[in-house]
Amino acid sequence: MKLTRRMILAGGVASIAAPLLNRPVFAAEDTIKVGILHSLSGTMAISETTLKDTMLMLIEAQNAKGGLLGKKLEAVVVDPASDWPLFAEKARELLTVDKVAAMFGCWTSVSRKSVLPVIEELNGLLFYPVQYEGEESSKNVIYTGAAPNQQAIPATDYFLNELGIQKFALLGTDYVYPRTTNNILEAYLKSKGIPAEDIFVNYTPFGHSDWAKIVADVVALGADGKKVGVISTINGDANVGFYKELAAAGVTADKLPVVAFSVGEEELSGLDTSNLVGHLAAWNYFQSAETPENKAFIDQWHAFIKDDKRTTNDPMEAHYIGFNMWVNAVTAAGTTEVDAVLDALVGQKFPNLTGGMAELLPNHHLTKPVLIGEIRADGQFDIISQTDPVPGDAWTDYLPESAVLEADWKDLKCGMYNKDTKTCVQLKSNY
Amino acid sequence: MTETTQNPVTAPANILHPSGYLRRNPSVLWFLLGLAVLTLAVTLLSPAYGGGGISTSFVKTLGKTLCLCLAALAMDIVWGYTGILSLGHMAFFALGGYMIGQWLMYARTQEIVLQSLVAGPLPPTAEEIAQGVGSQIFGVVGGSDIPLIWGFAHSLPLQLALVVLVPGLLALIFGWLAFRSRVTGVYLSILTQAMTLALSLYLFQNDSGLRGNNGLSGLQNLPGLADVSQDFLSVWFFWASALMLALAYLLLSAVVSGKMGSVLRAIRDDEARVRFLGYPVEGYKLFVFVVTAILCGIAGALYYPQAGIINPAELAPIASIYLAVWVAIGGRGRLYGAVIGAAFVSLLSSWFTGGRAPSIPLGVYTIDWVDWWQVLLGLSFVAVTLWAPKGIGGVFDRFQGLHSPDRKGQPLGPDAGSLQESEAVE
Amino acid sequence: MRAFLLGLAMAFLGLTAHVGPVLAETVAKIVATHARDIEKPSRQTIGPVIADLAGSGDPMAARLLEAWGGKLLGKRKSDGAIFLLAPDAAGYALTDLQGASAGIAANAEITVLKPNAGVRGLIAAALVQFTLSDPDPAKRAEALNSIAKDPNVEALAALRGATANETDPALLARKLRLERLLTLRFDPDPKARVAAIEGFGADAGLDLRAALTPLLATTRIAAVTRPEGANIARSLTVGTDLSAADAYALLVTSGAAPARITREDQKQALAAHIAAGQVAGVPLSELGDQATRDRAYTALEAAGQVPSAATDDEVAKAIAAHGFYDVYTEADATVTAAARSALDRIALKVAAMQAADLSLDGLSLAAIYFLAAIGLAITFGVMGVINMAHGEFITMGAYTGYVVQQIVPGYTASLLVAFPLAFAVTFAAGVGMERLVIRHLYKRPLETLLATFGISIALQQIFKNIFGTQARPLTAPDWLGGALTLNDVISISYIRLAIIVLALLFLGFFLYLMKRTRLGLEVRAVTQNPAMAASMGINPDRINMLTFGLGSGIAGIAGVSIGLYAKVTSELGSDYIVQSFMTVVVGGVGNIWGALAGAGMIGGLQKAIEWLNPSNTLAAQTYMIIFIILFIQFRPRGIIALRGRAAGD
Repeated sequence: MKLTRRMILAGGVASIAAPLLNRPVFAAEDTIKVGILHSLSGTMAISETTLKDTMLMLIEAQNAKGGLLGKKLEAVVVDPASDWPLFAEKARELLTVDKVAAMFGCWTSVSRKSVLPVIEELNGLLFYPVQYEGEESSKNVIYTGAAPNQQAIPATDYFLNELGIQKFALLGTDYVYPRTTNNILEAYLKSKGIPAEDIFVNYTPFGHSDWAKIVADVVALGADGKKVGVISTINGDANVGFYKELAAAGVTADKLPVVAFSVGEEELSGLDTSNLVGHLAAWNYFQSAETPENKAFIDQWHAFIKDDKRTTNDPMEAHYIGFNMWVNAVTAAGTTEVDAVLDALVGQKFPNLTGGMAELLPNHHLTKPVLIGEIRADGQFDIISQTDPVPGDAWTDYLPESAVLEADWKDLKCGMYNKDTKTCVQLKSNY
Repeated sequence: MTETTQNPVTAPANILHPSGYLRRNPSVLWFLLGLAVLTLAVTLLSPAYGGGGISTSFVKTLGKTLCLCLAALAMDIVWGYTGILSLGHMAFFALGGYMIGQWLMYARTQEIVLQSLVAGPLPPTAEEIAQGVGSQIFGVVGGSDIPLIWGFAHSLPLQLALVVLVPGLLALIFGWLAFRSRVTGVYLSILTQAMTLALSLYLFQNDSGLRGNNGLSGLQNLPGLADVSQDFLSVWFFWASALMLALAYLLLSAVVSGKMGSVLRAIRDDEARVRFLGYPVEGYKLFVFVVTAILCGIAGALYYPQAGIINPAELAPIASIYLAVWVAIGGRGRLYGAVIGAAFVSLLSSWFTGGRAPSIPLGVYTIDWVDWWQVLLGLSFVAVTLWAPKGIGGVFDRFQGLHSPDRKGQPLGPDAGSLQESEAVE
Repeated sequence: MRAFLLGLAMAFLGLTAHVGPVLAETVAKIVATHARDIEKPSRQTIGPVIADLAGSGDPMAARLLEAWGGKLLGKRKSDGAIFLLAPDAAGYALTDLQGASAGIAANAEITVLKPNAGVRGLIAAALVQFTLSDPDPAKRAEALNSIAKDPNVEALAALRGATANETDPALLARKLRLERLLTLRFDPDPKARVAAIEGFGADAGLDLRAALTPLLATTRIAAVTRPEGANIARSLTVGTDLSAADAYALLVTSGAAPARITREDQKQALAAHIAAGQVAGVPLSELGDQATRDRAYTALEAAGQVPSAATDDEVAKAIAAHGFYDVYTEADATVTAAARSALDRIALKVAAMQAADLSLDGLSLAAIYFLAAIGLAITFGVMGVINMAHGEFITMGAYTGYVVQQIVPGYTASLLVAFPLAFAVTFAAGVGMERLVIRHLYKRPLETLLATFGISIALQQIFKNIFGTQARPLTAPDWLGGALTLNDVISISYIRLAIIVLALLFLGFFLYLMKRTRLGLEVRAVTQNPAMAASMGINPDRINMLTFGLGSGIAGIAGVSIGLYAKVTSELGSDYIVQSFMTVVVGGVGNIWGALAGAGMIGGLQKAIEWLNPSNTLAAQTYMIIFIILFIQFRPRGIIALRGRAAGD
């Protein structure tokens, strides 16, 4: 224990000294710094650690190709520890102390909202790789994940058109992404003629485990002879209990299909999927996509992480596209200066791993194909539907207050432009 | 207890007597001096007023640490002096943050909305402004109406009053119920923990009207001061935090060194006996509970504008347990102990989780502090409890030649880790 | 027969207009014509193709459809030819569309066609005609499933034709029931439908309700006079049955009245008529007020510059001039009346069953809380030790189960190993903790709380470092999968039932241990008076150690069972710790019946609140905790308070 004591004391001294000395700077002239702002500890660590590794892999590969603008890229990894205020603090550090050229990071919406004021104040550049609820377009953020119209709306269309669902249970974890998504979906379903009483909404806490009653409630929805479908925005490990309860209650995909927006290959690895075959997930990428680019990406990933069993997932593809677009934009602009890079970024094109081209739109969202997959017994997905690339819509058309808004950073230079009054509502984002 | 009576309780008049007060609180001078030096150093090194030797984010970290120290001071009064191990004081801290956050968000959003509406052809109606503000604040969580609990959000003085009133009232109601029915010891700890859990679950709900899991964000941007850079704001908040901490230290050291302090310690050591002596034990406890809750609320109101965001995770039960951990490691029953503990552990914690601590390669396995810091913290906590119940404060005792009173085998009361009555000075 | 079937399939797909001359085309030809549709089918467009296939009369049709629905139809990449696939060691064994074997192809040469679930449903429906009388009972059952999923009038005829030769009694019963369900919906004769409805009596099956409810579907209409001949469910009174705003909206949508102007439109209109800083004589600066804007708009209206919008007066008049009715879509009043009375009868029964189901849910939750808390009831209740690491012992048990499942093959065998092993592991951990830490802190309960909390965060992080933060699978054996289904409402999964049984077992075990064994006697003695017990030759140290180990061991077993129905993560235990403490405190410390009562109360209460507010589970948890806080204020010693000496203190 003495050793520990001494270590604590030594650490204490260093903790005061470290920020004074800032970070040791290794040949700052020769590198371009890239900030990686993903939680490496805390509840979000499992999802975000994978993305940190993805970024390290991409940066390593880029350096092997000769770096960028004749300089090597240097990854600056920080750990915001799933603590939302810490995201803001670390982002400020990355921008002011490390002076990174771009940041790749965040997972939850609340972490993004925490970072937003800082990067808008300091004019940073953040690539955000996760599907999110939309209703935002910041000058300083590139949204490489799906907006609702690139995931939720097409999946709902699939339910309506392909499965003929007449009654919807919107189950979600109680936080902003499910709340906003379900809000949009409710408005969308009503516009498609689904009456309000045929939409059942339920919110559960993070990590919820007692699903018996909710599953029974959902099954009971079918009592009026209408076809019931579940749209699940249940997040994280609560899914385990939910799918176990579904399986136990004998709810097969035939009787009551579930489409999930937050369940991917990685989440399924914690489950026995043999009872879940046929339930659905909607993403812009599945590991099972059969393209040469995807095969190369998976091989690269397995080689980098030294584990053939690790899965790839949708946010990884988002970082892959985002990073490559950034590299191309910096090359085109000839500088890493944020405004010049942002100008060069809009209109960038890069091939998706699932085929087709992703294009960065003036609203800082990507065009993405929407894929719907059915769960297989081996924990992967059968891709049963793939659309043409859909342009990401920052402001949804299905809520009256945002239908009039649009974002355009190329011509209008505004992320929240009211089409009716033809004015820019505000330059900075809501947070 | 017998020795207490030999040392007659100081008359109230003496408390205000400078020499008497300082003699009984030698730590006050040192503390204020240290705080002043720190403030000066931070100001001179800050990017705003000096050489920029430290970054704005570090100024913010230090400012936040001072707020945590303030909360720890309050916790020390409750636990170290009065013996109530409250595992819910961070709930008051967060409530303070929520109250000031409401105004910060509302006023900032209103500014933005007014700006955009004024650009329109017609002057905006009150309804349009309210709707604009509502959809800006609650659009994120899928709403546009302003809930009732935002009724005072337009007014800074009212929300400032709420910073004090809301934690105070909650503490008053909860404390009155709990102390009245004589819930004590670990039961009270569990009950306070349940309180903060219930509150956090409540705030997690969107229907609570405080934006659910998203919480209130963008709090670092003060309304009306959009042009002032964070470099300056961070220093201003540091000053405010330092001032508040100094004031609280002065106030609390006056309280605990007087008669009131003696009664509190007596309650801690033997509640029943104090009650039989005719003191209104419940009244004292309630008073302490409420005052410390208010202090926590004020600390929170200073903390969250520096942190920038507050959400219900901030009042999860674990946060309050950490508060107790800081006090225990610093040394309870002494005010400077709480401050040292809070500053030491929270700064160390941010250093270890910041990924800056060097990893220790062990050949087959590398100890990465990001992964092992929690383990170290947990175990060192066990170690402190077992072998150094006086925490870091024990080191000061050694310097001052203080040692625990020898009661010839008699127990020192239920909390041997606390600094005992002044008889310890021998 | 063939023509009949084709027509049938066509009609079923709602494509009667499409029925043309019947051409007996071969499957191969149809597939060739519609290759693109078959490769990327959509439910909305594939109907005719499936109908063509089903009606082609080609014996390959059924095989092709079956393969297609089973994701066993593939396209050879080299030439685009379609084959039926059979998985083979080397890839796929191919069968061409004439039914001839076409060799074997590697996986990479074939693109498997994967129709979506909607298309598969259509395929299954088309297959019904082939499989309803199939010799294989499984296929017949499949066909019945397909009909039940998507009932339609054609299936009724097919079913009636397929009941006579049914040999399997279970399938016959299903067929007959389905036939009656279809009769009550689709039979052309109202009398037969009423008879079918009444024939079900007080049956409360989900399928019956699903068949009856659509009969009572209504549409809301507005009409100046009461519509003649319509089967009116009820006429609505504005104000009570529907709001004036809704009523007017109905008039607007039916085109009977002009829409009201929205505030936004009004603003636009005003803005469009700004002249010299004024709108219709009202200065711009005054227009920051709704009443003024209305006035300005009315002025514009009067000047004919803007379209006139309905005023409140006009709206009221329009509403008064109309009647509002809910009209059944089903035209026959006798059928709707029969369905209504049948559903009313069922509703009462269903409500009772739902209450029973809710109680079962509550019971199951209570059992889980009890199981999580029983170890705590021993360490906290009997010994007075606050063990914040109790939750981590639960986690430890669950992870033990996970590790065992990785090593021991077979879910049943691994469970049999996991339970005792989890007990052993956590028993050892508990004993170790008692020896190293808790023993030194018996006199300092608050510090025990903090020290064990330190252990708790350390353990939790160690779990994370070893097992990662992702949930780990802990899978129940098949005989614990599924649910005990009494009827369509009351059901409980076997795993939950097993937890209830386990909880009862432990209750019995605990009672036996404390009341009937030497150890129990010694534990009670040490609890009541350690000094006296010691002088009677009992070693209090040993007893404390064993008691603590026992409490921890039970937590380990609880961990395995909780892991079986929920997730196994490092936070599994901490999710239960606060609830467990509250269970013990609410129930009454130092008494196993108290823990039982506490668990029952918390579980039941939580379910009851969930029932009151089904859309927000978080609220249920919040209010439950608030209730407990208040409860403890008024009964600080819990539901079952010990009296006298044993109460200690």
